[in-house]
Amino acid sequence: MTRAITWRHARALAACCALFSAGLTATTASADTTVHLMHVEQNPNYSANWRKIADAYEASHPGVKIDLQFLENEAFKAKLPTLLQSNDAPDLFYSWTGGVLKAQFKAGAVQDLTEKMQADGGAWANQYIPAAVKGVTIDGKMLCAPLKMSVIGFFYNKPLFAKAGVKAEDIKTWDDFLGAVKKLKDAGITPIAGGGGDKWPLHFYWSYLALREGGEAAFTEAKAGEGDGFTAKPFVDAFQKLKELGELEPFQPGYLGTRWQDTLALFGDGRAAMLLSFDDSANRQKAAAADGKGIAREDLGVFAFPSVDGGAGDPSSTFGGVNCWAVSRNASPEAIDFVKYFTGPEAELAMAEAGQLIPAAKGADKGLKDPIVQTFSDELNHSKFHQLFLDQDLGPSVGRVVNDVTVEVVSGNMEPDEAAQQIQDAFELDQ
Amino acid sequence: MAQATSLAPGKSPLVEPAAQSRAPARRSGGLRNIGRTWPVLVLFLPPAILLFTLFVILPIGEAGWYSLFDWSGYGRPDEFIGLKNFELLWRSGAFRTALTNNGLIIVISLALQLPLALWLATLVSHRIPGATVFRLIFFLPYVLADVAAGLIWRFIYDGDYGLVASIASLLGFETPYVLADRTIAIYAVLAVIVWKYFGFHMMLFIAGLQSIDKSLYEAADIDGATGWQKFTNVTLPLLSPTIRLSVFFAVVGSLQLFDMIMPLTGGGPSNSTQTMVTFLYTYGITRMKVGFGSAIGVVLFVICVTLAFGYRRIFMKND
Repeated sequence: MTRAITWRHARALAACCALFSAGLTATTASADTTVHLMHVEQNPNYSANWRKIADAYEASHPGVKIDLQFLENEAFKAKLPTLLQSNDAPDLFYSWTGGVLKAQFKAGAVQDLTEKMQADGGAWANQYIPAAVKGVTIDGKMLCAPLKMSVIGFFYNKPLFAKAGVKAEDIKTWDDFLGAVKKLKDAGITPIAGGGGDKWPLHFYWSYLALREGGEAAFTEAKAGEGDGFTAKPFVDAFQKLKELGELEPFQPGYLGTRWQDTLALFGDGRAAMLLSFDDSANRQKAAAADGKGIAREDLGVFAFPSVDGGAGDPSSTFGGVNCWAVSRNASPEAIDFVKYFTGPEAELAMAEAGQLIPAAKGADKGLKDPIVQTFSDELNHSKFHQLFLDQDLGPSVGRVVNDVTVEVVSGNMEPDEAAQQIQDAFELDQ
Repeated sequence: MAQATSLAPGKSPLVEPAAQSRAPARRSGGLRNIGRTWPVLVLFLPPAILLFTLFVILPIGEAGWYSLFDWSGYGRPDEFIGLKNFELLWRSGAFRTALTNNGLIIVISLALQLPLALWLATLVSHRIPGATVFRLIFFLPYVLADVAAGLIWRFIYDGDYGLVASIASLLGFETPYVLADRTIAIYAVLAVIVWKYFGFHMMLFIAGLQSIDKSLYEAADIDGATGWQKFTNVTLPLLSPTIRLSVFFAVVGSLQLFDMIMPLTGGGPSNSTQTMVTFLYTYGITRMKVGFGSAIGVVLFVICVTLAFGYRRIFMKND
């Protein structure tokens, strides 16, 4: 542990030095304002694209410099609490909204953008799709400028489906889905690649099932602490369905130890027929596959999470995430102007065209070229409710409990009502 | 925090016995030389005290303070909840598993690892050809970084491509997914722990064995002692200070186990391979429950200090 921490500290220190020296050069060179932005984008092509957009902004705004700073994901999360409470806090930083952002706001580290977003008849807020605005609104306050959307859906291997005689178009309900699982199993194919080692890949199943069972109303009620909370019927029923899925043994052997990268590889190598995953998984499976190619595009299909019989949830509602730029307490007015531009239709169109993300800005999705990502983007546009990842929405603590109990239930180690009770207990504890 | 602090009591027994034996002489000299040592004290003591206070004493105190709050790490801790964190900890099944696992690791270390290390040490401490090579081979796992060892063994245990899987299929068994099985994962981890750390204890024993006077063995030979008699009557008694030290390291090291577990199993499946420190990390840090994490740290600290000082009091009195 000590070693890991020292490394992290060393990296953080290096980042600090970089920030500090950047600040120094900015003040000594001229009276320019420098906007510091901190992100976790690992893909060099994507960050180069951001640089290009920032350069364009610098050209049209003399006197403003944009500094894009990268920190590795884990280092970023570890460093942020201290950084935000210091004078070296970046003006803008990457956020997953939800519980963490709420904690940052409560500590006075980030700005409330509601007033600015609503000014001029909501000119700023109107540049985003409604699901994005909803995603960054916490307790009625807009705390973040939406950047990208993500949606979770099923990916499947067309040749394997054909071999087992399963048609993806026919999977409309949960029972259809279970039928497909059985057929695949009978054909000697592992139906689903499951990442039980990391736990969160399996929480998608329960979250989607709960969304189909109870819809927006169930989640709103539970989060408000009304009724039976997370022990209400839709949530328990969702666990029950998950248990039934687990009893079919749909995952590869040893899935409880399989990490996410290996799960992607499993699917990419064609060793499992389905994967419930992020909208950009066509690329992810390719990168993770043993041969570096994975499943060819024409052999890769997608379908939406099935509906459940008698479920109160709208079958069009989606589950996924929203990422955004949070504006820190001492951010300059220039930083706010920049983030407005950086998440505006023009900039987001460029990002969509680069295949970088599903944009949060209205109309920018026409830049998407990948048909699979387009499918997800359309799903999102038709969705009446976009439920955020539960570890974002409910905060890291309750979110992890959801992940834990999901794995326990699907592996037959815990009963549905007990799992629901554990989530409720963790939720009450967090209030 | 608890990590750093528990190191402190770990080190003291090594330093203090020597200091104690020399203490009377130094005290009488110190009174006479107080005028001369004064500048040295003023010059050299403050930095050490400052660093020790800043990085050891203060964090311990802070952890104790934070453990009374429900705190996410952002802003100031302001939600005082008394001993609720400790109550939650007491009720947590995963923490009990972690405690049991730590106990199990200690037991295995003492019952399996140390005898193995001692046996190998007696073998390779002889001046026979190739002894150095074997020493090196046995010591190699200890040199490896904990994280690297964890990753390597993750591959070895892998049910699809791993060595264990290949051996199993060669022998005609069904491929075991060792790290995905709640009941056997902890034993797989224990095997790695024994593999990783026996070399360290072996080295300690070799050093201890080499300091034993050879003439004692010659005398025993003349008296007609068997190999076993030489071992129990000469080697063991003379090696006992080293063994006591080795046990001490094994116990303290077992309590601090973290780096290797994280890449190997991450505490899973179903918390079955959690140790106290991995429990602290998963439940305190990644869940942003710094208050709760501090409470775990405090408990870990108390256990470490009690064990370390208790052990020193009872077993290492005369060393």
